[in-house]
Amino acid sequence: MQILLNGELHATDAKTLSELCARLGFAEARIATAVNGSFIAASSREATKLAEADEIEILAPRQGG
Amino acid sequence: MLTLYGKPFTSRLLLGTARYPSPEALKQAVKASATEIVTVSLRRESARARTGQGFWGLIEELGCRVLPNTAGCRTAKEAISTAAMARELFNTNWVKLEVIANDDTLQPDLFGLVEAANVLVAEGFEVLPYTTEDLSAAERLVAAGCAVLMPWAAPIGSGQGLINRDALKTLRAYFPDIPLIIDAGIGTPSHAAEAMELGYDAVLLNTAIAEAGDPAKMAEAFARAVEAGRLAYEAGPIEPRDMAQPSTPVAGTPFKVDHAS
Repeated sequence: MQILLNGELHATDAKTLSELCARLGFAEARIATAVNGSFIAASSREATKLAEADEIEILAPRQGG
Repeated sequence: MLTLYGKPFTSRLLLGTARYPSPEALKQAVKASATEIVTVSLRRESARARTGQGFWGLIEELGCRVLPNTAGCRTAKEAISTAAMARELFNTNWVKLEVIANDDTLQPDLFGLVEAANVLVAEGFEVLPYTTEDLSAAERLVAAGCAVLMPWAAPIGSGQGLINRDALKTLRAYFPDIPLIIDAGIGTPSHAAEAMELGYDAVLLNTAIAEAGDPAKMAEAFARAVEAGRLAYEAGPIEPRDMAQPSTPVAGTPFKVDHAS
């Protein structure tokens, strides 16, 4: 399955958002997620199924003004 | 004492965390500024670089209250989603709400800003909107439930100072009870002092310190300027006059012949 991960094409067979995060090494990481433009809370990642062409954002803290 | 959403602060200087030459320079600047609130952002995390994980450690070291921004968002929807992610990531209801209209001026999109503020306040956020000096936008933001306003002095990173001073004075006069923070466009400590002399409650800046030759020294300079400007405001500055007025008493001036007697 092809998804858009942080704006780039990404092939994965992860079934859920939490599975995708774990495969990327983010299981314990300080991240926040969105699917198709909407925020998905950490507690809802397990229940969030992924589909072809989903647009996933995985964000983390960064310097800002 | 500065109070923002019920929280008291001693320092009236808020600091951005971007564009410093090194993490160490950021730490030193935060220390020298005595700031209690720093702004941060959220950006895409790469599985390889994991940049954000390291930055989170640095933020914790700073020991300041964190004010996440929605920088770069071009629509209310983007800003709302980003704010929700920030709330979870930084464990705070505070958000520096930015909805940007134009890449050249980084001017706030006031329509999107008001729309996003309404939604976020309803969702329990404490919104600090990055806005302009526009009065009607300020009224809408306050009506939406924003208890703090953050008008720009000049475009972000431009360092031009208070380019619309009269409008900023008017805004201050219109909203005597709302904390007003000048956010963006400050270049030198004199600009910050000027804003504080006008009665602004605080100043938020980043580039002017981060890109200074010696960020820590400039942070100290800004801290003193903000304090001096606030003291001056509280002391009550004189009004400018068109003509000279001698400060030395005129009565008893020597070598003068009093023709009246």
